[in-house]
Amino acid sequence: MKKNTLPIIIILAVLLGAGGFFISNQNNVQDTASDQKKIGFIYIGPPGDHGWTYMHDQGRQTMEAELGDSITTTYIENVPENADAVRAIRKLAESGHDLIFTTSFNYMDQTLEVAKDFPDIKFEHATGYKRADNVATYNSRFYEGRTIIGHIAGKMTKTNTIGYIASFPIPEVIRGINSFYLAASKVNPDIKIKVIWAYTWYDPAKEADAANTLINQGADIIVQHTDTFAPCQAAEKAGVLAFGQASNQEQFCPNAHMTAIEDVWGPYYAERAKALVDGSWASQDTWAGMKEGHVVMSDYNTKILPADLIAEAKAMEARIIDGSLHSFAGPIYNQDGELVVPEGSVADDGMLAGMMFYVQGIEDQVPQ
Amino acid sequence: MIKLVPRGSSSQSMFILAPIFAIFLTLLTGSIIFFLMGYNPSNALKIFFISPISNAYGISELLVKATPLALIAMGLSFCFKNNIYNIGAEGQLTMGAIFGGGVGIYFYDISSVLILPGMIIAGALGGALWAMIPALLKTKFNTNEILTSLMLAYIALLILDYLVVGPWRDPDGFNFPKTRPFGESGRMPILFQGLRIHFGLIITLILIAFSWFIYSKTIFGFQLKVSGFSPKAARFAGFNKNFLIFSAFAISGAFAGLAGVGEVSGPIGLIYRDISPNYGFTAIIVCFLGRLHPLGIIFASLVIALTYLGAEDAQLFLQIPAAVGFVFQGLVLFFLLGSDLLVNFKLRLNN
Repeated sequence: MKKNTLPIIIILAVLLGAGGFFISNQNNVQDTASDQKKIGFIYIGPPGDHGWTYMHDQGRQTMEAELGDSITTTYIENVPENADAVRAIRKLAESGHDLIFTTSFNYMDQTLEVAKDFPDIKFEHATGYKRADNVATYNSRFYEGRTIIGHIAGKMTKTNTIGYIASFPIPEVIRGINSFYLAASKVNPDIKIKVIWAYTWYDPAKEADAANTLINQGADIIVQHTDTFAPCQAAEKAGVLAFGQASNQEQFCPNAHMTAIEDVWGPYYAERAKALVDGSWASQDTWAGMKEGHVVMSDYNTKILPADLIAEAKAMEARIIDGSLHSFAGPIYNQDGELVVPEGSVADDGMLAGMMFYVQGIEDQVPQ
Repeated sequence: MIKLVPRGSSSQSMFILAPIFAIFLTLLTGSIIFFLMGYNPSNALKIFFISPISNAYGISELLVKATPLALIAMGLSFCFKNNIYNIGAEGQLTMGAIFGGGVGIYFYDISSVLILPGMIIAGALGGALWAMIPALLKTKFNTNEILTSLMLAYIALLILDYLVVGPWRDPDGFNFPKTRPFGESGRMPILFQGLRIHFGLIITLILIAFSWFIYSKTIFGFQLKVSGFSPKAARFAGFNKNFLIFSAFAISGAFAGLAGVGEVSGPIGLIYRDISPNYGFTAIIVCFLGRLHPLGIIFASLVIALTYLGAEDAQLFLQIPAAVGFVFQGLVLFFLLGSDLLVNFKLRLNN
C-alpha cells in the first residue's frame, strides 16, 4: 500500500497547483457601479418557454430599455418552487440587488422569508396574496382575456366540447375557467368543458399529453392555463383549434392558434423601477387588466376566424376597457344553484381573489 | 480496430486517482466550453466553483445540499458493494418524507420534544419499508432490482402527489398542493443562527462514521464486501445471501428515508411535490464518484453539491443558462466511467 502513496501525492499536488493557477489568474468580476440600481428576477422556467417566463423576461427588457443606465438587471431561471428558491432569492439580495421580482405563485413564502432578513431591499411577488412593508404583490386580470376567448370558443366549436388544461386548482385558475365558461355558454348554451389538472406550470410533455387526451375525448378547441406552446402544437397536429397562452404563440401552431392572451409586464416593471429610482417605492397590491394594457389580445388569426367574429371580439375588448363589460356580471349562480352575484352587480375583487367554486353549468368538480 | 484488453491487476492508486482525474478533466472540458461560449474560462470557473462558497452562508448552503446527497450515497454503498443496484433511492427518500412528514403534520399544533425524534424514526422506517419491496421481489422471484426499485420511485412520487393534492392538503392554502407547515417541534434545529444548515448534518456525519465502523470492524461488513466481490466465495463460506440483500436494501432505504425527513423538517418545513431536486438519483453519481468509501462520499457530495450552487452563480453573474450545472454533473460521470474503463482495460491496436 505504501508504495502507492507517493504518486498520489505528486498528482494531487500538480492538480491543485494547476487549479490554483487557473483561479488566481483572474481578478473578481464584481462591478462597483455607484448609484445604479440593481434589479433581479427569479424565473420558474427558462425565458425560452415562449410563455409565462418569456413574457416576464420581455417585461424586464422593456424596463431596461425605458430606464437606461439608471438600472441594471439580472435573472435566475429554472428556480424550482422549493427550498432552493430561498437560496436563489437570497443570492440576489446578497449580491446588492435593490429590487427583486419573484415571478411565480409558489415563491410566496420563500420571498417573505428572505424579505424578513433584508428590510432595506424591496421585493415584488407575482400573483401572491401575502405582503410586508418591503414586499409588494402584483397580478393581472387575465380573466378578462378569457372572456374573449370564451366567446370565440363558443362560436367556433363544432363538437361543443372544449378541452381545458388547467395547472393548479387555485383561485387564479378557477377564475379563468369560470370567466371562460360564462362567456362561452352565453353564446353557446350547449357547450361543455372538460378540465384536466396538470399540476404543473411548466412541463411541455405533460401539457401535450393532456391536450391529446382532451382531443381524443372529442374536444375541438384546446384552452390552457400552463406555460408552454406544447398544447397548441398538439392541437395543430391533431387538426383542432387552440388559444396561445401568455404570449403570441402563432409561429408554433399557425393553423391552430386563434389568438392568445398576452401578459404584458413591461409597463408595470418600468413603473416600479422608476419608483425605486426616485425613492417613492412602497408596498402595494396591483391588479391591472386590459384597461392598463397589462392584458392584451394577440392578433386574431384571419385564416381561421371569420371577420364578423373578429369584429365582435374587438368590440368586447373595447367594452372591457371602457368598463361596460365585466367578466363576472350578475346574475351568476354557483353549482348548487345559489345566486352568488345578483343581477345588476359584478363580482367584487374579494370574491374574485378567493374564487374556489365553479359557476353553474360546468359539469365537473373543483378538486377538493 | 481498437480492442479493449483487460489489464489483469488493477492498481490501488489509480482506483483513488480516477475520480480526481475525472474532476480535473471536467474542469478542463468546462473551461473549453466556457471559452467557446465567449467567457473568460478562469473567471467563469471561479464564479462557478469559488464564488458560491465565498462566505459563511454559501458554505452553509453547500452543506445543506451535500447532506442529503452524502447520506443517500452512503446508504446506497451498502447495496452497490454487494452488487445490488438500488436505483430507487428517490422513492425511498419520498417515502421517508411522507412517513416522517406525516407525523409532523398530524402533530402540527402540539409542542413536544418527542415529535422530531418520532418523525426521524418514522422517516427511516418509511424509507426502509419501501426498499423492502424490491428486496422481497428479488429474493422471492429473482426480479431485476434495477427495474423494480426505479419503478417504485415513481410510484412513491405519485403517492406523494395524491397526498398533497388530496387528504393532506393545507386547509388554509387556497387549494395549492402542499400540506400545512409543521409546528416548531417538527423542525430540525438550526446549527447556526441565520444559516440554514441544520441538525441533519450531525445525523449524517454520525451515520457515515457508523457505516465506516460496520464496513471495517464487523463480520456483517466483511460479508457484504465478500459477497459483492466474489459471490461464489460467499456461497462457499455459507453467508446468507437473502439476509445480505434484505439488510443492504433496508439500510440504504432507511438512509434515503432519513434524507427525506431531513429535507422536509429542515429547510422546507412542510410537504409539497418538489421536495427533492432528484437527490436520490444524483446520489448514485456521488456514490460512485466517492468510490463507495465514506471519505470519498463526503468529498464527492461536496463536489456535486457545488455544481448545483455554481450553476446559480453562473446564471446570476454571467447569464449562463442553468443547464450548465447538469452539463458539469454529466461530464464528471462521463469522465469517471471513462477513466474506470481505462484503469481496468488497456487499448490495443490490432489490424
